[in-house]
Amino acid sequence: MAILTLALKSLWNRRYTALLTLLAIALSVALLLGVERVRTEARQSFANTISGTDLVVGARSGSIQLLLYSVFRIGNATNNISWQSYREIAQRPEVAWTIPISLGDSHRGYRVMGTTIDYFEHYRYGRKQPLVMAEGRRFAELYDAVLGAEVAKELNYRLGQTIVLAHGAGDVSFVEHADKPFRVVGILKPTGTPVDRTVHVSLEAIEAIHSDGWMGGVPSLAAAAPDLTPRAITAFLVGLKSKTAVFRVQRFVNDYREEPLLAVLPGVALQELWDAMGVAEQVLLAISGFVVLVGLTGMITVLLAGLRERRREMAILRALGARPGQVFLLLVCEAGSLALAGVMAGMALLYLLLFAIRPVIEAQFGLHLGLDAPSAHELTIAGLVVACGFVVGALPAWRAYRYALADGMTIRL
Amino acid sequence: MSDAFVISITGLEFRWRAAGPPVLAIDRLAIARGERVFIRGASGSGKSTLLSLLGGVTTPQRGEVHVLGHPLHALGAAQRDRFRADHVGFVFQMFNLLPYLSVLENVMLPCRFSKQRRERARLRSCGVEREARRLLAHLDMDDALLAAPAAELSIGQQQRVAAARALIGAPEIVIADEPTSALDADRRAAFLRLLEQECAEQGSTLLFVSHDPALEPLFDRTVALADINRITA
Repeated sequence: MAILTLALKSLWNRRYTALLTLLAIALSVALLLGVERVRTEARQSFANTISGTDLVVGARSGSIQLLLYSVFRIGNATNNISWQSYREIAQRPEVAWTIPISLGDSHRGYRVMGTTIDYFEHYRYGRKQPLVMAEGRRFAELYDAVLGAEVAKELNYRLGQTIVLAHGAGDVSFVEHADKPFRVVGILKPTGTPVDRTVHVSLEAIEAIHSDGWMGGVPSLAAAAPDLTPRAITAFLVGLKSKTAVFRVQRFVNDYREEPLLAVLPGVALQELWDAMGVAEQVLLAISGFVVLVGLTGMITVLLAGLRERRREMAILRALGARPGQVFLLLVCEAGSLALAGVMAGMALLYLLLFAIRPVIEAQFGLHLGLDAPSAHELTIAGLVVACGFVVGALPAWRAYRYALADGMTIRL
Repeated sequence: MSDAFVISITGLEFRWRAAGPPVLAIDRLAIARGERVFIRGASGSGKSTLLSLLGGVTTPQRGEVHVLGHPLHALGAAQRDRFRADHVGFVFQMFNLLPYLSVLENVMLPCRFSKQRRERARLRSCGVEREARRLLAHLDMDDALLAAPAAELSIGQQQRVAAARALIGAPEIVIADEPTSALDADRRAAFLRLLEQECAEQGSTLLFVSHDPALEPLFDRTVALADINRITA
């Protein structure tokens, strides 16, 4: 106890150098914990994107690519699935429900997805949470649209507003389906998944805006023609009656003769996709680990550099009866206190930063960063950094110990 | 060895390195309880070495060092550190104080390392801090300076604080190593008077080490290191 207060007072005496050292540690710890938090949150939100779906089916390509366009609305499908094939698979006895997906259009940068009412019925995300309407209703009329939470919020759309879809997925499109405006009839509650960034319309509506009219730019009466059965869809999600049938159905789809199809288990594909990005994530973590190491190295440098001038201090303490071990402890306490204060300041800094950049991260990347209390994992990391502080503090402490033994209480300066 | 002696050295020989030449060789030195002894020696005469041996920081290769009945030559390092904390107060030539502690904290410092001195200080003034204030007042320290950082004091003030620190908890032996060499003549005498007065009051034996023969008359007895040390520099 006596030694600890001495250590703290000694640090206070050198507060400007100590503060700089503390700042270096705080910044490095904030970086490390920040990276760690983004990593966990990203993994979490990633794994939560889709749940309750047993198979994702699309045209044959890579499983990651299929997952990217069907679930994450990133990239495009290489090919479509014919309606006949879809119906045949959907009507198999093992299948409980299907959600057809038709992509290819956009609205001011947001993807438009054609689907059916089954989407609102069966789609699950996170811990099997269903989609919930924040306001309005599901689509019922041909030109009804249901917006994801972010689309509505960013574009400031309200119920009853009319919007125009564009052909293609770009932010700016020169071909707009201006003749067939949609009416916003519903807005979904936020999910933290790509659903938030999607404009949902019926499959029939997709068919209607593409069937005719738009090329000439002249509204056609035929657009309201009764047969709006889609000719093709982009992909579909499958829910099975029994999980045990999943491989049988997957094999059936993959061996389908009429056209080359691919069925993937979303959990497996998600894992594959995450692993593909995992290298970058590991590298980032390693780099921030090294930054912490640099911070701690800076601390030893400062402590070692100050030691020579403090030989006298050590000699006085020895004359007062301090054991060499206590001199050692004094230095270790200084390093440890610096590390502890640095880690705490780092955590404070992290929360401050999180608080500041949270809205930006959420808007830009759809990643929800919680302001929750530090997790056990983060506390472990923080504790480890403090422990490292104590351990690296042993180096200057050892030097001081050697001085204390060699100098005794004879002070030669 | 008699109980009357606080310090008793016999057949001592000390060398810094086992293979090196001896730097200190004293056949016999005895100092009685309550004595005020002036130890005179030029620099390099082995003064510092003698003080290190008496404080138990170093041990002789040969001979015996008994202080207060403790055989320092035979004790382990931790026991000697403990002995020093409990029984010996030091005042050095200069830079005695920890710059990051206040005057009061500097004076109370020995009580952090020795329970015995803490208890004695408490008995004497009903509290370590009160004892520190009492000693500082006796040594003519201005009350206004007590909370100031030690680094802000003049050299004369620093030496008085150092004396108070050596005296707190009434250690049996106070060793002063050239404590007045940085002071001018008037202050030197005043400082010595205060130091002797306090030592007498709490019954501490005072060992005053200096190269300056002018101070000799102020002490009970003079030991010339050149006379007792068989090794001459």
